[in-house]
Parts: sequence; structure tokens; C-alpha cells
Amino acid sequence: MAGAGAGLLATPIPILGKSIYTEELLNPGMAVAEKKVLADVALNTAKGLGASYADARIGRYLNQYVFTRENKVQNTVNTESFGIGIRVIANGTWGFSSTNDVTPDGIKKATELAVAVAKANSKIQTEDVVLAPTSGHGEVSWKTPIEKNSMAVPVSEKVDMLLEANSQAMENGADYITNVLFSVNEQKYFASTEGSYIDQDVHRIWPFMSITAVDKSTGKFKNRQGLGAPMGMGYEYMIPDASEEVQGAGGVTLYRNRYNLIADAVAGAKQAREMLTAPSVEPGKYDLVLEPNHLGLTIHESVGHPLELDRVLGYEANYAGTSFATLDKWKTKEFNYGNELVNLVADKTQKYSLGAVGYDDEGVACKKWDLVRDGILVNYQAIRDQVHMIDQSESHGCCYSQSWNDVQFQRMPNVSLEPGKEPYSINDMVKDVEKGIYLVGRGSYSIDQQRYNFQFGGTLTYEIENGEIKGMINDAAYQSNTQQFWNSCSKICDENDYRMFGSFFDGKGQPSQVSAVSHGCSTTRFDGINVINTGRNI
Amino acid sequence: MAIYSKSEAQEIMKRALSYSKADGCEINLSGSDSGNIRYARNTVSTAGARSNQQLVVQSNFGKKVGTATIEEFDEKSLEKVVRRSEELAQLSPESEEFMPPLGPQEYDESKMYSEKTAAIDPDYRASVAKASIEPAKAKDVTAAGFFEDYADFSTMMNSNGLFAYEQSTGMDFTVTMRSNDGSGSGWVTRDYNDVGYFDPAMASQIAIDKALESREAKAIEPGKYTVILEPAASVGLLRNMFGSFNARSADEGRSFMSKEGGGNKIGEKIVDERINVYSDPLNELAPASTWTGEGLPRKKTVWLENGVVKNLAYGRYWADQKGVAPLPFPSNAIMDGGDASLEDLIKDTKRGILVTRMWYIRTVDPQTLLYTGLTRDGTFYIENGRLKHPIKNFRFNESPIIMLNNLETLGKQVRVDGNLIPYMKVRDFTFTSLSDAV
Repeated sequence: MAGAGAGLLATPIPILGKSIYTEELLNPGMAVAEKKVLADVALNTAKGLGASYADARIGRYLNQYVFTRENKVQNTVNTESFGIGIRVIANGTWGFSSTNDVTPDGIKKATELAVAVAKANSKIQTEDVVLAPTSGHGEVSWKTPIEKNSMAVPVSEKVDMLLEANSQAMENGADYITNVLFSVNEQKYFASTEGSYIDQDVHRIWPFMSITAVDKSTGKFKNRQGLGAPMGMGYEYMIPDASEEVQGAGGVTLYRNRYNLIADAVAGAKQAREMLTAPSVEPGKYDLVLEPNHLGLTIHESVGHPLELDRVLGYEANYAGTSFATLDKWKTKEFNYGNELVNLVADKTQKYSLGAVGYDDEGVACKKWDLVRDGILVNYQAIRDQVHMIDQSESHGCCYSQSWNDVQFQRMPNVSLEPGKEPYSINDMVKDVEKGIYLVGRGSYSIDQQRYNFQFGGTLTYEIENGEIKGMINDAAYQSNTQQFWNSCSKICDENDYRMFGSFFDGKGQPSQVSAVSHGCSTTRFDGINVINTGRNI
Repeated sequence: MAIYSKSEAQEIMKRALSYSKADGCEINLSGSDSGNIRYARNTVSTAGARSNQQLVVQSNFGKKVGTATIEEFDEKSLEKVVRRSEELAQLSPESEEFMPPLGPQEYDESKMYSEKTAAIDPDYRASVAKASIEPAKAKDVTAAGFFEDYADFSTMMNSNGLFAYEQSTGMDFTVTMRSNDGSGSGWVTRDYNDVGYFDPAMASQIAIDKALESREAKAIEPGKYTVILEPAASVGLLRNMFGSFNARSADEGRSFMSKEGGGNKIGEKIVDERINVYSDPLNELAPASTWTGEGLPRKKTVWLENGVVKNLAYGRYWADQKGVAPLPFPSNAIMDGGDASLEDLIKDTKRGILVTRMWYIRTVDPQTLLYTGLTRDGTFYIENGRLKHPIKNFRFNESPIIMLNNLETLGKQVRVDGNLIPYMKVRDFTFTSLSDAV
């Protein structure tokens, strides 16, 4: 999503909450039994004021960000945000209020305000809220299956690792390097008037690296991004494991469910140096071989966003835009989003993914469902108050709020491309391409407000000629149209090549909220795509 | 109410500072009352209000720095937050780039506050939504919009005697109007510190007209075209260009502002000689903050004069390294314009394209400041001095440096996103592909 933004500078990384001691990140917070008593204050108050439905989310959101550049620690930030958000339906209309005064009195006042907001807005509401039924789950819990809580790892250990990576990158040709480690823990308690009391402990981690090589004599500089992904994992992701490394084409090492930051820093420094003298791409039509940590972002923009039902219906028209994937196309049951090789699934349960939870932020048990099956558009992403608009009776379970003090709404689940069914490796794929380009990792990206026309680049780009990697190239970006692109898919590597890309701060809504989401796929080939040369002489 | 007066804020910070035992201590206190309303499909979707306040203490022992934050300001909490920042500082690694707190500074009186904006209530916000929705419905158009207002204060005090205080208000409004047949879309944006300047009905009408006029757009070939850029269209590219006005990244050799062979481009002509850009916190139409979060005063500063780079921003650390005075990033950009109205610019154009807005702008090559993005919500073909017909949206790949070198005419200035930007006519703007998006 593009930010609108004010002023002259880029949008900063969102840092929510107050700063705390590192040790407090391990404090267990309020006991579940106490949360239940407090949540019931909200639910009972709402019902007493005539609300037909209410839910309460007591949330404790912990973040730790460690920033380094070259041989320096720039900053270490620990934050905690704790409060309650109460959402009600009164007079057929939503109302929401939140408070960090998590006491019976504070909650009662906030609930009264939520009901008042609902009643006030009901005067200008034209259609009553219709909620798809969901069963009450009783008292249940869910936890990200982590092996090592990142919040329990001393900052000094993280700093040592980041500075070691920086030092090795500098020794291997980097002029500058930024290395940041983000760790997130959402402790969320959800209760609703339908009998759910859900306690969840969600963990995410993201090592972000950017390496710059400079040639001062020519005034040229090149950047290479790290090839690690944000994951729904603990600190175990940062512990290298050779069995989780994947050899890509062109000698590039890629990572599945474990990352080797230091090895990637060394490789990245050498590659950034190599970019300084690599030739510029010849524009034209190429067969593209897209590596998962690259294709994930294309999936995010060209499949994830256009199939959000609120976009399709016009609720996001003023900010992110609407969608080409309109209801009339879906209703034909024969709209070729892609060709028959293309199967795109939404999944809120995928292990290690950023979007994995047991229950969404309105208490619906999470699941996996088809969006595109055998190339045909078969479904959207919808939550409880939307599914009736596509004649369905069950929410997909993809409602999310970034915090206790923001109202929950439909957010993108993990959306992934299923791997090919026949054994087929990246080497097989390169061998089969006569004139192609292999793109690795995240580069520039842009797509229109209805998700037709897009342009993407990679962090590493290689030319393929007659079945072999010819060498690294610069200035390549591909432009295509979503439907044409997915219909030009000609081959997908098998599950051995499957990995996840992630977006840690995906923005949507006004006021904007962030969420984190993964996109899995294997290396995939797309034929005859237009590649432009982005080099300019100024 | 989260807004403290100058004397109330001073009192709280003085009490907090009295607990400091560190080599240096700096306190930032801020608070905000804000409200918003969002609508779509010609009905209100959400509305909210938020009030918050925060006190941030930064303590240092030498170059070891710790920061702690608190939302309650009783005596016990104030002492606790200062102690906590000191303990964190003792535990932290040395920050090589830390600069000690500044001494007393002189600041201009900010012009960002308006009583009228501070008094906005939910009824006013609802009336903004109504002023969009009702005329839209009457024209078979669907409105989706967002209005947000705030009143806030920020203040700082440190152990070296610095004190700064400022109040501000503001509002931002955007609305997208789509014709109900799905073939036309229009958009408008308005932002002011003083809501007295804002006319929601008039703004909404511009978007409605664009939605209706942009129906049934025709495709024309991508390529290089003369364009008339509304200020809301060019501001995104200009904002990105100003992001590179940073001395450190230039000196480090990794910016468009880096000079071949080393150093930076201060003194070099980079764009057409008619381009003059400065920042001025005291501008009446687009006022900005008169000091930075570090306590540096913001003064009128020229960035581009007759197309020549006059200044780059220096943070305190980099200024110290280079032996120059620190110069903060601008908080507004004021680009000199001309007398021509939009109508005049269109009248003087034989063949060209009018662009309402650019969307999803992303860096393609930081070396040349090449950006890609798309036109959106009202793109029109101009022939022989008049708008001939709407055209389909384009993707562009263009650098604001090339754009400002290809300047034909500067028109009148308009406030957009807190800046003053003129209408511009530019030749050879590079559109690289067509988009079907409406």
C-alpha cells in the first residue's frame, strides 16, 4: 500500500506504545482470569445499554527494535502498549471505543461511549450490520509455536550478532550497512457476548538488512537488501541451519525457515560490489524466473489486495482504491484470474507465517480457503459483517486490529501460490529458459488503485541465456497486467523450493493500520513479460 | 483534554528535571486531541476521537543514553520515569553519534494554531461527510472520504537551560468520487491549520465534476508528453526529491546529491533556473513548526535558488563532523510559482495531458531519483487549448530532476500537504504503459 503522508519525509517505522525495560518484555502481564472478569464488565455494560452484540479485546503489545549501522548501535527500543478496545452493535450500527484505563470503571465508561457512538451513527446509517453466525468457543487459548522467545534473548546477544554481520559485510566490500532486528509479541484476549473467551500469544520476528556499495570515482552506488524474511517465529529463525538453506541460480543462497544473517551479509556485500560494474538490461520481452522472496510481493499486490472484499465493495475507495476483481467476474465462475497451473490459497493457519493465529480479532476460528482454483476466481477475503454480501454464511476469519485502541477490520490473510505437483527444481527451470531474467528478493514495486498494471524490480537480477545464467544485470523492471501475468505462468517448481516472503508493516484503512502477512510460493516462470530499462543519465 | 498551557507544561517538566542525576537530561512533553470521520458507499463507515499525552525523558551519562516514557504526571510517576531513563542509560552501549543537549535557543512564535480548528466537534465532522454525500447522490456518484482534525501541543526542556513550547491545529480532507457506472473517478485533497479556509462542499464539487468528466476515457499511446501537473500531482515526486537533500548521505556517496569524485552538490545547478524552493515556518498559508524535536530552531532556508542547490540538511552529529552549523530538514516546502491559472496553462497548450494526481510512487533508482507510479482520478487530453477528452491512466517512470529541467511554465501556488506548490507545465514527461484502472 502506498502512504499518502504529509510533510517532506518518508513515513517512519510505526513505534507504538510506551518504552519499557527489556526485562519487562518477559513479564507475563495480567492473569487470564482477571482479563475475563474485566472483559465481562464490558460485555454486561453493553448488553445493559441495549447493544445486540459486543466484543472486548484486552491487548498487551510488546515491541523490541534494535537498530545498527556499520560498527554502531544506533538505538534500542522496547515498547509496551496495554489497554482494551470495545466494539458494540446498537441500533444495528457499529460503535467502538478504547481506553488504557483497564479497570471496571474505565471499561464501563469506554463501553458507554462505544454504545453512544453506535447510537449516534445509526441516525445516518442506511443498512443494518448483518453478522454471520459463529459459535462461542468457551475458554480457549493459542500460541505461536516458537522454540525461543526473542524477548528473552539479551539485547547484547542481538547487538553482537548484528555488529558481526556488519563487520563481515564491511570486510567483504560493503561501504555502508544497516541491520535492524524487529521482535513483536501480541498478547491478545478476546471476549464476546457469544460466549468466546480467547487468549492468544502471538510472536513475530524480522531481520532487516540493507547493504550499500559505493564507487566514489564514478559517483555510482548500489543497494542489496537482505534475503531473510519476516516470520511468525521466535529467535530460532536467527539460528542458522544448513538444511533450511536453498541454493538458487547464479550462486545465490536463499533461506527457508532458518536464516544465516552473517553469511547473507558477506554474500550481499560481494553482490552489491558486483552490481557496480554489471551491464544494463536490454529492454524487451523476457521469460521471467521469479524467486519466492521476490514473487511474494507480486502475490501480495496483485492477488492479496484485489481480493479483499471491502476493497471490491468500495469501502477503501478513497485510500488504497477498489479492485478489478469485481463481483460480476466472480459470479460467472469462469473468470480466468490465471491459467490452470495457478492455485492461490488464503490461509490463517500456516505454520511459521506472519498471519497465523488460532482465532481472528472477532473470535472466528482460523482456516484455509481457496481464492483461485485451477486459474478460476472462486472466493474473496471476508469477515463476519461482509460474507452475506457474497452469499456466504461463514466468516473467513481474517479480521485484525493493530492494537487495542484501533477498531478491527478485514485484513489480508497469508495468500500463497501452491507449488507445482511434478518434481521440478530451480536448475531444471533455468535450463528450460532460452531468453530470460531471474529476479531475487525485494526491489521497487508499484501497482494501480484497481490492481491491473504493476511494475516490480528485484534486489538481485541475472540474465538467463540458452539455459544458463549469463551474469548479473542492472536496471531491469518488469511491467504487466495482473490477469495477463497470471495467465502467462508456465511452470512452478515443486514443494522442495517452497518458501515464504513477508510484509511486516502492510498499511490499510483511514486512519491507517499496519498488519503482518506472509506469502509462500516456489520459484515460478512467467513467459513473454515486458522488461524495461530504468537506467537514466542525469 | 490533553492540551497543556505553556506554564502548566513548564511546571511539569521542571518538576521532572529536578529528579535528574545524569550528566544530561532532556524532556519532551506532547499531547493531542484528534477526531475523524470516514465514509464510503455514500454512508458513514467509522468515526472516532482520540486523546493522548506523553512525556519522554532522555538521560545521558557521557555517550550512554537511555529513554523512558510515561503517560501519567503525578510526582511519583515523574520521579520513576527519570530514574528509569537513567537506569536504561547506564545499561546501554555507548552511542558514538550522541550529541549532548543543546543550550538555550531563540525560537519564532509558531503560527500553526487556530481556535476554530481546536473547536471542531463530531457534528462538524458529520456535516463534512454530508457536504460530500448529498451532492454526490444527486449526481449518481458515490463518495468515499476521510476528514481528520487535531489540536496538539509539544514542548521540551533540558538540563542545559533550553525551553521550547508550541501549539498547533490542523485538518486533512480527501474525498474520492466515483460515477456509479464505474467509468469515472475524481478526487480532491485539502489541508489547513485553520479550518476557516475549508469549504467541504466546494472541494467535494471539484471531485464530483472530475468523476463525471472522466467517464468513458480513451486510451492513447504511452510515450513522452507535455503535462500540466496539478500541485497534488507533483507534490509526491517533489517530496521524494527533498528526501535526498541530506548532506550526510550525499557526502557518503550514496545519494543523488553525491558528487562524482566525492563531496556533495551544494553550489551545482541541478534544475531549470526558474526553480526556487525554500522553507519558512512563518509562512501565513502553510505555517510549520519553528523548532525540531532536538530543539534546533527552524528558520527560513533556501534549498534551491535559480536551479542551484543552496543548502543540504545537516544533523547535529554530521554538522559536528564537518565543522558546519546544523541545519534541520524543512518541515514545509514553498516553491515559487507564476501568475498563470490552471485555465491559462491549458489555454496555452497545443497538445498535452492534465494530471490530477499521482499514486503509488516508489523509488526505482535512488542514483537518478527515478520513480514510478500512476496517474489517478482525472487524467485529460488537451488539444488546442482545451480539454478534449478524458484518457486512461498511465504508469510513469520519471525523475523529478528531469521533470524540473523540462519546465515550460510555472503557474499559481496552491497549499498541498502543508507545502505551497505551483501548477506546472512540463515537456517530455515519460509515461511507460497504460493502466485500465479507473
